[in-house]
Amino acid sequence: MSRVFTPKIITANALLEGDVIYLGHDGQWVRCLRDARLIEDAAQAEAQLAEALADPLVVGAYLADAAPGPDGPRSTHFRETFRAAGPSNYPHGKQVEITADV
Amino acid sequence: MYKYNEFDEAFVRTRVAQFSGQIARRIDGSLSEDEFRPLRLMNGLYLQLHAYMLRVAIPYGTLNARKMEQLAHIAETWDKGYGHFTTRQNIQFNWPKLPDVPAILTALADVEMHAIQTSGNTIRNVTADHFAGAAADEATDPRPVAELLRQWSTDHPEFQFLPRKFKIAVTGAKHDRAVIRAHDIGLALLRRDGALGVQVIVGGGLGRTPMIGKVLNEFVPIEDMLPYCEAVVSVWNLLGRRDNKFKSRIKITVHEHGIDEIRRLTEERFAMIRSTFGGVDQQLLREIEAHFTPPAWVNRPVDAYDAAYAADPVFRAWADTNLAAHRAPGYAIATISLKAHGATPGDATADQMRVMADLARRYGHDELRISHEQNVILPHVHKSDLPAVHAALKAAGLATANIGLISDIIACPGMDYCTLATARSIPVAQQIATRFDELKLEHDIGAFKIKISGCINACGHHHLGHIGILGLDRAGVENYQITLGGDGTENAALGERAGPGFAYDEIVPAIERLVTAYLDLRASRDEPFIETFRRLGAAPFKAALYPAAQEKANAA
Repeated sequence: MSRVFTPKIITANALLEGDVIYLGHDGQWVRCLRDARLIEDAAQAEAQLAEALADPLVVGAYLADAAPGPDGPRSTHFRETFRAAGPSNYPHGKQVEITADV
Repeated sequence: MYKYNEFDEAFVRTRVAQFSGQIARRIDGSLSEDEFRPLRLMNGLYLQLHAYMLRVAIPYGTLNARKMEQLAHIAETWDKGYGHFTTRQNIQFNWPKLPDVPAILTALADVEMHAIQTSGNTIRNVTADHFAGAAADEATDPRPVAELLRQWSTDHPEFQFLPRKFKIAVTGAKHDRAVIRAHDIGLALLRRDGALGVQVIVGGGLGRTPMIGKVLNEFVPIEDMLPYCEAVVSVWNLLGRRDNKFKSRIKITVHEHGIDEIRRLTEERFAMIRSTFGGVDQQLLREIEAHFTPPAWVNRPVDAYDAAYAADPVFRAWADTNLAAHRAPGYAIATISLKAHGATPGDATADQMRVMADLARRYGHDELRISHEQNVILPHVHKSDLPAVHAALKAAGLATANIGLISDIIACPGMDYCTLATARSIPVAQQIATRFDELKLEHDIGAFKIKISGCINACGHHHLGHIGILGLDRAGVENYQITLGGDGTENAALGERAGPGFAYDEIVPAIERLVTAYLDLRASRDEPFIETFRRLGAAPFKAALYPAAQEKANAA
């Protein structure tokens, strides 16, 4: 029996800055998890991942589990929660850098 | 301190130019990430959770004021104003951007530094006793040998594609501060009948399969040291498992083939290659030794030190914990703690780096060291200058008096930064340090080593902690395993696992129960935790860690 597909986001690191990025609704990369596109279909996830892996401006794209939330997708594993926010020892990274336009 | 010659300078500049070209070709799309990745790793550039990370080599942990100031400049100009000193005596910058890396490498080259071979399957930065050239218990300064090994291993054509990374540590003292028994090769310089040589230990390492190194040769004359080391690496280069990453380190090769067979093969290889060195290495070693002549010690009274020690309890507490015996009369080795309670172990701001550089220049014969325990050392300070040094450190938030105590914790970056991590390390260290500071118990507890790794790769040396903490991902939740009784010194021992792991919010109370049990169980205030553990074994500490299990056993 095949495993039940759980919703996914596509995430990677940006080539130049190295920071965490997500594939957004219009196929553009966005910097904020809540702006990511939540993919609910396995075939679509694989197809979009293949495209993402071929993008020369991003590094290490992969599928990560996520769940729908009131403001957009939210992470379901603590690793992705840290990636979405930044380190816990300093106010660095997305937790202070994300602004309304990203 | 070793100074680059024309060859070194040209080599590093050429590498900066090569790698800068590779970065440009990656950015313009000529190189794919698969092509670029091995190139960037050869030059110490990782891609971590939130950003790139550049790992800069600090050979055998030795640097001077100018180099430290340049690290401060880099931190401020291209990073977020701080650097992280690591358990391999290196510094890592956590936030560089790819287009800035060529400028950073150029700035490093300007002060004779680089990031070459700080990653990849090569011979990594050679580490050494951080008290080298200063310690009272030292037979020989290990740094010339470490520098010779650095030169030999840098871009060594035979060793650029090893089965896995390879780490060498050197000490010249009886008390092992360089953890040589947990390295691929550990070298202990010693004298036999007046002649200098090395005890060669191989196959130590931590990670997934921790092993204490075994003695391959009790005494190799110094003249044969380099060909002998080359023979060891050559033998492993051919025998080492390339089919399985988890079995590729030399510790597994030694385990699978046996130390006697590795010795036989090493001797065979050594006999073959020895003559090819032709004494060039020894000539080079003599030239290197000239760079490491001790400073001109001054002879002056230590009254200022005695007066401050008598009058100022804060200075006295710092002197009691952070100073170590120096080989020269009137001098001390001063360790600057990068473990302020609640701070990130091993981190220093650019301003703090400048303060330390300034103190080294004014009071420390222009020398600084980085320890594998993630602190900074002023190896040569005249005691009469220590009150001034302490005052300057205090003003910079660098005068924490906790060296060797329970808050002097080694912690890897863990899941706050590292892609390999399975749990966080830094906040656990911060909370333990803060808790014992609140309890005002740490000086009463005494010598105590807690080491924390955020994954099984063990960058935080958790197997060697008196208490080791390993962060794991258990069903999507952070979980922390405790090991007891580890030791990284000449009495090297791997800690034993205490039992089931603890959740993130349970780990600090668990450590507190362990320490409370120790305070109840110790024979006297002079018996450190590790001695109590050796005397009583793990049972009473396990009972303290798992009180519910203990109650159940008692009821049965």
